[in-house]
Amino acid sequence: MLSVSNLHATVDEKEILKGLSLEVPAGEVHAIMGPNGAGKSTLSYVLTGRSGYEVTAGSATLDGEDLLALEPNERAAKGVFLSFQYPLEIPGVPALTFIRTALNAQRKARGEAEITAPEFLKLARQKAGELKIDFEMLKRALNVGFSGGEKKRMEILQMAMLSPRFLILDETDSGLDIDALRIVADGVNALRSPDRGMLVITHYQRLLDYIKPDRVHVLSAGRIVASGGPELALELEREGYDKYARAAA
Amino acid sequence: MTVAAAIRERDVSQLPGKRDEDWRWTDLRGLIRQAPEPSAVIDPGSLGSGPFDALAEDVIVVANGRGAAHIGVEPGETKVVALRVVSRGDGAHAARVSIDVETGGRLVLLETYEGDAGGYLGQVGLLISVAENAAIERVVLASDGAEGVTVSEALVELSPGAAFAQTVLTSGARRQRLQTTVRHPGGHAALRLDGVYLLADKRHADLTTVVTHAALHGATEQLTKGVVRDQARGVFQGRIVVAEGADHTDARMGHHALILSDRAEVDAKPELEIYADDVSCAHGNTVGALDDEALFYARQRGIPEPEARAMLTEAFIGEVVDRIVHEPAREIARAWAAEQLRA
Repeated sequence: MLSVSNLHATVDEKEILKGLSLEVPAGEVHAIMGPNGAGKSTLSYVLTGRSGYEVTAGSATLDGEDLLALEPNERAAKGVFLSFQYPLEIPGVPALTFIRTALNAQRKARGEAEITAPEFLKLARQKAGELKIDFEMLKRALNVGFSGGEKKRMEILQMAMLSPRFLILDETDSGLDIDALRIVADGVNALRSPDRGMLVITHYQRLLDYIKPDRVHVLSAGRIVASGGPELALELEREGYDKYARAAA
Repeated sequence: MTVAAAIRERDVSQLPGKRDEDWRWTDLRGLIRQAPEPSAVIDPGSLGSGPFDALAEDVIVVANGRGAAHIGVEPGETKVVALRVVSRGDGAHAARVSIDVETGGRLVLLETYEGDAGGYLGQVGLLISVAENAAIERVVLASDGAEGVTVSEALVELSPGAAFAQTVLTSGARRQRLQTTVRHPGGHAALRLDGVYLLADKRHADLTTVVTHAALHGATEQLTKGVVRDQARGVFQGRIVVAEGADHTDARMGHHALILSDRAEVDAKPELEIYADDVSCAHGNTVGALDDEALFYARQRGIPEPEARAMLTEAFIGEVVDRIVHEPAREIARAWAAEQLRA
């Protein structure tokens, strides 16, 4: 599914990713853990094509297709979805309008028919119900005046409605209380399937109690410095990142 | 020295220019060196229908400066009137329109400026009087041609307890000034002056407002937003004067513009002149680019860049359009704005 090989990337001419390699097969959930400044968010932005993040070497492919050559919206249409650490506020655009525009743009890019208004509303009601989001909230401007937890739930709602093939969750647990965390995790777990891959980026182990990873990777100073099973996350929680920070240096 | 006199007397020396403080960003004297011929007489029957015709009980056409010159609303009467100011071909023309809404009357004035590809110079002066407890909502769609020069000057006389609300939307012209001057008597009269300018190519639009609060208890609310690209130039001048003794005036002015190219320009001059002690006045002015982060967010969700830009700019303008009360006119204005932004 996702294959990242020897990826180097710079931001403002400063190298942040320094030869990162990673394989996430379909059906698996991989966690990326690492200290602040290790390059976790940079990885999510490089994979989704944000401007200002320049790839200087290496490759990233999804099912063999070169992601780095595509525009951000083309990557989205191929099924790459990033749940933002800090979801943006979009004044003047109701959440429903935003999501429907995105869904239809993706469908159009894939040569599929647009979703009809009744179908869309039915889907939105169903998914909002599952995520305990008040449907009225979807009529308001996207994320404007929403709490941190509401914004994260809105990310998961978009994810559920856009039904992506590869999910990147960037610090999805930040700003969530325990009840919201459970709702969000349930929403993510509902999307686990044999033909989907997920990359869960997190600083803390807590989220991984709710979204159980198949593999855990430690990212330090721009490279994966250790990989292991779920037990690695527990070890990091106990012993911290010091050992790996030294290993990377 | 007025544009109307310059046209009627065929005397370009009477045109305002950059040495006149209020016209320094909309220089007509520097632009028009020779008095144009008077515009040709055109048959209003040849014009087709206007954008608001279907909403109006009366449609009044002023074509190349000629046509009916008075709109009246009797006490207690409610009316929706379309006023079409049409310019065709080269040449100059000026017109006057007076509008009187008597006590307790209600008028929705749906005004359009419709130009063709000609190099015309058109002026229209509107004298608008709103009696006690009467109300006007004025919605203006200005669709001039790229070579046209248009000056619209409205003078609004408000009475105590009256309400005047306007939204001017324009796509500019070679040079264009849409000016509204309001004599505000206080006395719980309510005033809203909104504007939207959406400019591309080398177009120019100047939205100028002057409000004078003469006495106690007046309210003014203003929100203008603009989007300029290519080599276009937007001008916003908003002056609110609160005279001595006009205490308890509540005035708010906002102007916000998006500049979408390096060569586009926005000139803004918000002014509050306050000679009274106990007032509540505020203004805000911002000029910037589209938010890159919001743009990336929309693209990450699959929305292609041009569509994402259009969606975000429409939303930016939407805040002003949403304030139009007359719903069918609001939707026509919204569709018109979307068309300008996606062109």
